[in-house]
Amino acid sequence: MSRRVSRSTAVVAGTVLLFLHLPVLVLVIFSVNASRYSVEWTGFTLDWYRQLPGRTDLLRGLRASLIVGSLSTLIATVFGTLLALALARRRFPGRRTLEGLLYLPIVTPEILAGISLLLLFVLLRVPLGLGTITIAHIAFNIAFVTVVIRARLEGMDRSLEEAALLLGADELTAFRTVTIPQLWPGILAGALLAFTMSFDDYVITSLVAGTGSSTLPVVVYSMVRRNVEPTVNAISTLILLVTSLLIWLAFRLNRERPLAV
Amino acid sequence: MSLLAPGVLWLGLFFLVPLLLMLGASVMHRGVYGGVEAGLTLEHYRRFLDPLYLQVLWRTIWWAALATLICLLLGLPLAWVIARSRYKNLLLFLVVLPFWTSFLVRTFAIIFLLRDTGLVNSLLLRLGLVSEPLTLLYTPFAVLLGLVYGFLPFMVLPIFASLEKLDPALLEAAEMLGARPSAQFFRVTLPLARPGVIAGCLLVFVPALGSFITSDLLGGAKQVMIGNLVQNQFTSARNWPFGSAASFVLVGVVLAAVVLSLRLRDRDQAEGSR
Repeated sequence: MSRRVSRSTAVVAGTVLLFLHLPVLVLVIFSVNASRYSVEWTGFTLDWYRQLPGRTDLLRGLRASLIVGSLSTLIATVFGTLLALALARRRFPGRRTLEGLLYLPIVTPEILAGISLLLLFVLLRVPLGLGTITIAHIAFNIAFVTVVIRARLEGMDRSLEEAALLLGADELTAFRTVTIPQLWPGILAGALLAFTMSFDDYVITSLVAGTGSSTLPVVVYSMVRRNVEPTVNAISTLILLVTSLLIWLAFRLNRERPLAV
Repeated sequence: MSLLAPGVLWLGLFFLVPLLLMLGASVMHRGVYGGVEAGLTLEHYRRFLDPLYLQVLWRTIWWAALATLICLLLGLPLAWVIARSRYKNLLLFLVVLPFWTSFLVRTFAIIFLLRDTGLVNSLLLRLGLVSEPLTLLYTPFAVLLGLVYGFLPFMVLPIFASLEKLDPALLEAAEMLGARPSAQFFRVTLPLARPGVIAGCLLVFVPALGSFITSDLLGGAKQVMIGNLVQNQFTSARNWPFGSAASFVLVGVVLAAVVLSLRLRDRDQAEGSR
């Protein structure tokens, strides 16, 4: 297969790939630069990282992000897995329509999903806080998890399940001992992606957070707007490291399917 | 059915119902504190026809379209190389990674490069190419760069998916029949990659239309896009019905783009089956 790529095309492609990664690499490099105000390289330091544990706003944001992230991931993964199973294994009226509708939360601009949820919460007088943030994250994660797991189910061999049923296993046993073990990598990949989405989300979160409860991205956003402190580089680097690691794991688990929806 | 219930209920209650509520709010009166009051009206949609708001809409569409075009020009060669490469998995991972890593952090990376004391300016100053820092941040250029940088992976992946299925024998045949590389590209590769190109354009255009972070952080107060307008109406300006109407103008543009892309796809399929 590795034929027929002209040198100029390869150079263009390499440049584009560089363009995708260079800005972030620069950010990472300068997170250990000693100079506070300029981008002159004045020597290596870990000072900006050492300052992070003293920032209570960041720590509180991190804590909120972890709570919201794990809770919304857990619930969205369960709901999404069930939804994917129903779509792949059951025949019911409106299945195709439902499948199409699932892409709606994925293509709807975040700002609209967030604003409309805010409207709902205000009308129902639901107090804004970590609870409403979690509800919102579950909503946008369900669709992603379902799509990832659905893809996995598509490529799965059904004959094993059928064999189990023929050999006398009831549906629940077949599901527990045959389907789930086969599906496990897909479920895990879906969960990792859901956590990453939750951990990264700013737009929807900031709208339904109310005052007083901020997740990590909300805190970082206000730091970025106020600007210039090198601690932003340090925290950004850490966020990048964590999310890249999660994505790498998800990618390993779901090797056959590129993680695009 | 019980498998469906929790997910469908959740999405219905916390995704679909809110959107319908917003649709309702967009045709109701504005209350005293900016909230919604009973009574039907189209005044908010009419208000959107003010040149001030039409300009925001036009700017949004124009930038999203331009970003889509640039992404296509950059994404096509990259997708082509990945589809033909031995290191497909690694390259694919390198494209997927920014697709999922923090959008906020990546936007901050652009700020870090472009601001007056940023890396680009200090390099230019040092090389003596400019005598004082260029204003790069808070310009249309910065927003466009941010959009392209942010959404490029959305273009590469679908094009890659359709190029991967392309049978190299077709290109060999074209070559043996005497087609030059450019002819091979325009008459064989590109037509076969069309479904991916259409999908990629939609996947970049739609989120670019609805972008908020990019224009907020890189565009500043002067380069407002419709997402920022909506957010502003719900927060500081406190006119919820008008904000809802502006949202549905955006929905209208998104739907138009989706319908157009489906039309193009169906036409291709109809031609393919003939």
